[in-house]
Amino acid sequence: MKADVLVIGAGAVGTAITRELTKYRLNVICVDKREDVGGDCSKSNSAIIHTGYDAKPGSLESELVVAANPQYDKLTADLDIPFKRIGAILPAITDEQFAQLPEIKEKALKNRVYDVQYLSKEQILAIEPNINPEVKGGLFIPRESIIDPFIYVVAMAENAVANGAKFMLNTEVTGIRKDGDRVIGAETTNGYIEADYIVNAAGLFCDEIANMVGKFDYTVVPRKGQFYILDKNTGCKVNHIVLPIPTKITKGKLMTPTIDGNMLVGPTAEDLPDKYDKSTTTEGLDSIRADVQKLIPGVMLQDTITQFSGLRPNRNPEGLNIDVYDDVKHYVNLSGVRSTGLTNSISVGAYVANLLREIGLKMEFKDDFIEKRKGIVCIRELSREEQHKKILENPLYGNIVCRCESVTEGEIVDAIHSPIPATTVDAIKRRLRAGMGRCQGGFCGPKVIEILARELKVDPKEIRKNNSKSYMVCGKVK
Amino acid sequence: MYKIDCDVCVVGGGPAGLAAAISAKQNGAENVLIVERDEALGGILQQCIHPGFGLKLFNEELTGPEYYGRFVIVAKELGVKTLLNSMVLEVGEESVICINSEHGVCEISAKSIILAMGCRERTRANIMIPGTRPAGVYTAGTAQRLINRQNEMVGKKVVILGSGDIGMIMARRMTLEGAKVEAVVEIMDYLAGLTRNRVQCLDDFGIPLLLSHTVVNIKGNDRVESVVIAEVDENKKPIMSTAREIECDTLLLSVGLIPENELTGKANIEISPVTKGPKVNQYMQTSIKSIFACGNVVHVNDLVDNVSAESKKAGAAAALYAQKKLKSKAAITVETGENVRYVCPQTVIPADEKVDLYFRVMKPQKNVIITVTDGDNTLLTRKAIKVNPGEMEKATVSVKDISSLKVSVKEA
Ligand SMILES: Cc1cc2nc3c(=O)[nH]c(=O)nc-3n(C[C@H](O)[C@H](O)[C@H](O)COP(=O)(O)OP(=O)(O)OC[C@H]3O[C@@H](n4cnc5c(N)ncnc54)[C@H](O)[C@@H]3O)c2cc1C
Ligand SMILES: Cc1cc2nc3c(=O)[nH]c(=O)nc-3n(C[C@H](O)[C@H](O)[C@H](O)COP(=O)(O)OP(=O)(O)OC[C@H]3O[C@@H](n4cnc5c(N)ncnc54)[C@H](O)[C@@H]3O)c2cc1C
Repeated sequence: MKADVLVIGAGAVGTAITRELTKYRLNVICVDKREDVGGDCSKSNSAIIHTGYDAKPGSLESELVVAANPQYDKLTADLDIPFKRIGAILPAITDEQFAQLPEIKEKALKNRVYDVQYLSKEQILAIEPNINPEVKGGLFIPRESIIDPFIYVVAMAENAVANGAKFMLNTEVTGIRKDGDRVIGAETTNGYIEADYIVNAAGLFCDEIANMVGKFDYTVVPRKGQFYILDKNTGCKVNHIVLPIPTKITKGKLMTPTIDGNMLVGPTAEDLPDKYDKSTTTEGLDSIRADVQKLIPGVMLQDTITQFSGLRPNRNPEGLNIDVYDDVKHYVNLSGVRSTGLTNSISVGAYVANLLREIGLKMEFKDDFIEKRKGIVCIRELSREEQHKKILENPLYGNIVCRCESVTEGEIVDAIHSPIPATTVDAIKRRLRAGMGRCQGGFCGPKVIEILARELKVDPKEIRKNNSKSYMVCGKVK
Repeated sequence: MYKIDCDVCVVGGGPAGLAAAISAKQNGAENVLIVERDEALGGILQQCIHPGFGLKLFNEELTGPEYYGRFVIVAKELGVKTLLNSMVLEVGEESVICINSEHGVCEISAKSIILAMGCRERTRANIMIPGTRPAGVYTAGTAQRLINRQNEMVGKKVVILGSGDIGMIMARRMTLEGAKVEAVVEIMDYLAGLTRNRVQCLDDFGIPLLLSHTVVNIKGNDRVESVVIAEVDENKKPIMSTAREIECDTLLLSVGLIPENELTGKANIEISPVTKGPKVNQYMQTSIKSIFACGNVVHVNDLVDNVSAESKKAGAAAALYAQKKLKSKAAITVETGENVRYVCPQTVIPADEKVDLYFRVMKPQKNVIITVTDGDNTLLTRKAIKVNPGEMEKATVSVKDISSLKVSVKEA
């Protein structure tokens, strides 16, 4: 196996880099130890496309996020990614918070986010009646937006595949080979991959890859974020991203609609040593309740349909870094892509491509890059007439498998045979929402296992939830 | 779109839908259609291969399939039509829209409609069990489907949370299949399901039942590796000093059922916040006059015999409605008195007939008197040795000329 560029990590960042590189005549391979694209962090976050209004002015993160936001209108239209510019409200509940507003607006200006506006108490309550009536006023950040983070990565990966990239999943990098002061390839659980250039986009584990090339200048200290997802039918909803006024310590806990109309409430920010600890805790979830009630007193957390947590790849020392080294040539190292990586991934792609050119990669522009990608047809979003036509074309579109989200067998079969095949229960869930509704797979789970086994021509006991050890059933009954 | 006409359209072909359809036919509705999303009739009973059904109705102990099998035969004989593999997506006053792989989108027009969609299980998230999210956490009904309908075993070392009937039945089923059930853990200080199931499914197999305990953590990144359980205090808060870890690969949840009312809600039918099902009168008529409801979609039943009895009424009334013979009169609301969580039907139309009031108590109580009153007038008193939230009670009263109705349970 040989690549011009090997990208390690198929999260939002690695996938965006991979896709960007397919705009050139290059042989690009992206590897990930997981069973699917979508990363660790990239699938458990707030799913907001930020503007960068609150970044550290002058930082690399500010530059990348601010440059990224305007790109999403075209990108999501081209690649058929669910995306909505719903805007964010920052309500000031206390006088102290109210006094902070000018400072926040000024910082936004320094980050070249010029469209932040003041809102009066009345204006806020008119557009967002569930906000605490104590509110004194606030800010509106119109371009803060929401996206489907799973489909974003899948779409970018599929588009990269259409343009010639290769994704190798279930492939963990275990070592990096060097020749003198340059990297020449990676040892993986799937064999050796020779590579002219290597990009480390391994998120939480980027320090381990860095260690493999002999760099020990930072470590990753995960910062856990726990969330609630509430039922679409919950009695207390918001229409915008409702953000708290940040404190010195944290961005705080927010409430926002998800792209599918559920409510997302969280996250916590807890520094923990364990990179595998994605558990939720009673303390964590209780702290969300306490904080979010200050913003939205009527929030109905009892309508939760799931709780989850994600780990931010927090860097010590802090900061988003994209490094090349004199003593480790042909290598790009990303670290500290912590809280805005979903957003900035698209600019990181362009930034890294340029860095690679600077360190010697020959990049010949392609004029036949395919810009568009079409997702799997979503039966529930079609009109009754269109549904009728589709079912007559393919009867499997008439078999509803997930009752909560109305996902059909036809869509599941499409996902299993898509350019990045969905081969696990979670991969199906992330692409189609089967099992993401209020019954959480109670109804569709057994059927999804059956369909996966049939289409992949394996025994049901080979079907996994996600990783290799997460079997769903353990053999036939006696 | 594919169009179908009928007199009475029944949504759901479980025991409720079957009994309602039969009774609609018997009460003069000519064209009765059951729309069912599954590939076969029978509903949840298809996966209930254990005996225990029909004691009241047939005076026999039948398995689930034997029980509904009897109804399927009668329905066929009477000429009830069925549309299988058809998920209903929308219900209107006189229309039902479903999708079906053969016909595409079907638009059914009906003079009356009966909702019989059953219920779904509460999940891990509903009760917010902390911990990781590995494979191997199943609701008991899902596990039952995998084992009994798909012949797939879900795990080998099992902890069951919740002492509902399905949980206890699954404890026995898993044991018979060679799995080790470490414990059935129940947060309340009493059993959630039927006493007979505890005896037959737990005691007979030596499976420990831990009352006033709950699961406080789930461990394992890929597949469940263990769960941590702890005793709870009188406020149901875990006492962490009592926590202990049980190694297992599977956690089954039997933590309650919720009536399946997405369609009902979308149709703007009034839903009871207590039962989470539509509010009905004694004819099982909902707030939309042409739409009736029965079975677990109305309130969760523990005995299918009750479901069949209640559904018979729904079917008869829907047939009369379709023939414009069901009179509509002002209804009175049934009040819940001491220790009564809910009464179904929620409203009663005074009439020259007897009405069955099904109800559940809030807390277990021994040596009680059940009373049904109309103001100062007592319509019924009955003694009971014990009442239990897990077991539904019934009181049958005559509702001629009543002006109010209240059910109470008091200490004798
Ligand atoms: C709670 C929380 C909320 C957030 N909210 C937002 C938000 O609203 N908006 C926003 O823009 N950002 C947000 N973020 C940040 C964003 O999610 C991350 O910055 C981004 O997902 C990082 O992407 P990534 O591709 O670098 O990492 P990941 O998604 O973690 O991808 C890294 C990949 O590398 C793979 N990998 C690691 N080691 C190896 C190896 N040895 N071999 C092969 N593969 C390997 C992993 O399996 C993984 O798939 C949030 C993060 C969290 C945790
Ligand atoms: C595990 C278990 C064990 C039990 N054990 C006993 C026992 O031992 N003894 C006893 O007497 N009772 C027992 N019961 C109770 C009894 O089975 C139920 O009360 C009874 O099945 C309820 O009938 P139903 O028709 O209301 O619901 P269901 O049986 O759930 O039927 C509902 C039907 O509606 C269909 N449906 C739902 N939505 C739609 C839609 N949108 N479009 C089309 N079709 C739809 C479903 O597919 C299903 O077929 C048990 C129940 C369970 C779950």
